[in-house]
Amino acid sequence: MGLEQFKNRNVGTQNYTMLDLGESPKTGIDKFKQITKRTFNGELFVGLWVTLREMGGTLFGNKLHTIKYPFEKLPISPRYRAIHDMLRLLESGHYRCIGCGLCEKICISNCITMDTRYDENQRKEVSEYTINFGRCIFCGYCAEVCPELAIVHGPRYETASEQRASFSLFEDMLTPIDKLNLQQEYDGFGAVSPNADDNIKQTPLAY
Amino acid sequence: METTLVQNLPEVTAAGVIIKAIIILAVISAIAGFGTFIERKVLAFMQRRLGPMHVGPHGILQLVADGIKLFTKEDIVPQNANPIIFKVAPVITAATAFIALAAVPVFPDFTIPNWIPLLGGVFVPSIAADVNIGILFVLGMMAAGLYGPLLAGMSQANKWGIIGSARTAIQFLSYEVVTGLSILAPIMLVGSLSFVDFNDYQAGGVGSWLIWQQPVAFVLFLIAGFAETNRTPFDLLEHEAEVVSGYATEYSGMRWGMFFIGEYANMITVSIIAAVVFLGGYSVEGIGWLTIILKVAFFFFLMLWVRASWPHIRPDQLMWLCWKVLMPIAVINIVITGIVMMV
Repeated sequence: MGLEQFKNRNVGTQNYTMLDLGESPKTGIDKFKQITKRTFNGELFVGLWVTLREMGGTLFGNKLHTIKYPFEKLPISPRYRAIHDMLRLLESGHYRCIGCGLCEKICISNCITMDTRYDENQRKEVSEYTINFGRCIFCGYCAEVCPELAIVHGPRYETASEQRASFSLFEDMLTPIDKLNLQQEYDGFGAVSPNADDNIKQTPLAY
Repeated sequence: METTLVQNLPEVTAAGVIIKAIIILAVISAIAGFGTFIERKVLAFMQRRLGPMHVGPHGILQLVADGIKLFTKEDIVPQNANPIIFKVAPVITAATAFIALAAVPVFPDFTIPNWIPLLGGVFVPSIAADVNIGILFVLGMMAAGLYGPLLAGMSQANKWGIIGSARTAIQFLSYEVVTGLSILAPIMLVGSLSFVDFNDYQAGGVGSWLIWQQPVAFVLFLIAGFAETNRTPFDLLEHEAEVVSGYATEYSGMRWGMFFIGEYANMITVSIIAAVVFLGGYSVEGIGWLTIILKVAFFFFLMLWVRASWPHIRPDQLMWLCWKVLMPIAVINIVITGIVMMV
């Protein structure tokens, strides 16, 4: 079933199907007939059968719905905005962040703080990078604005902490270098669309 | 005090009865505790859940954890409650439930082997008190057990408790007639109130079970039994969605636990009565006592099954059902049974 039926707010234009409930009995003999009919048509046993069927399905048919939460987790949407991850370049293993400072600038709750300096090759390197998750509202602007897909939202949604301000350092969020082959590309907010290659147009040299 | 079976057996001594009483108390309490675990598991499976899983393998030690919790919880007597009645009420429920079990055949009889010191040679009967009005005694005791919820609800100075005890009163007034009248027809057929006579009457195998002669009485007794044990279609006394916890609102810890044990012991008692009176009871030959255990287990499962399946009804619907539907059917059943017996 699509959502179109629910989005239609023109009340009165829909085709409603009325249930055939019949008329409630008036006289005593009609009431008696209704009771007798309801007693013997076995609806209660249909109810019993439904629960027994579900029990069989749970025990033998793999229809269980319980997720043993701390031990098992449901997959979450790639667009879910949880605790941030810092990704690395796959070839060199160097972190992707170029220290442009856009995420710090766009952060509407002012929770990202970063400091950069020039390294010996005159490249920007990140010397300080913290996110205060006590302030972060997980709006996703930082991931959206990042030109290098360096800061993204990861799948860690358990954000309980012992104190209100809980800072996360750059190294905490960075993909461990030995787990580089497990690094997942981010599909969510701000990521390159799947048909990005098709949308690229050649720039005329005359520009 | 004489029944047909007892004549062939060794003499029942006071020591045997005391041992039997201790066995019933210990085993039924344990089964009642285990019944809560089974109930949670069965309800969970019927709702596609797992139920208790973390304490022990598949949560089987959950009842130990529950027991520790119940025993160590603070015992609270509300400020405006009547403390004496408040403390006595749960004892009434638990005690009457176990007293009712005294006249019910639970487990086979056996003689303690002679090599055991002190108690060697003592004959332990299958019925602790083999009174010749067994059914009457058991039903009366279970009915007296409703004084527990009644007094508990009235003594605790809580409006939900008052509503719970009011519902106890009307439930009691409703089902008790049906229980008595429904079981009267089998009693007329057998001509005795002793469980042993009922068992002997149906000794001829499945074909001689009373359920084939008295199907209406069986259904009526089952319905009344569900009301008697406060099981789900008739769990008006403590229905959480309506009256918080009814008569048990102010109870905590082991006092509440006694209500719980009483309820589960009553479930077992009703299951045993239904099995003995209508489904042939136990048999001495063949797989013997396993048959009644299977029958009792089926009735116990039926109570959980019904709880998972059916909605519960309003108090006025219960009165309507019992007085306007079930009681006339029971009376008609008795009249027809009497006519058939006379002709």
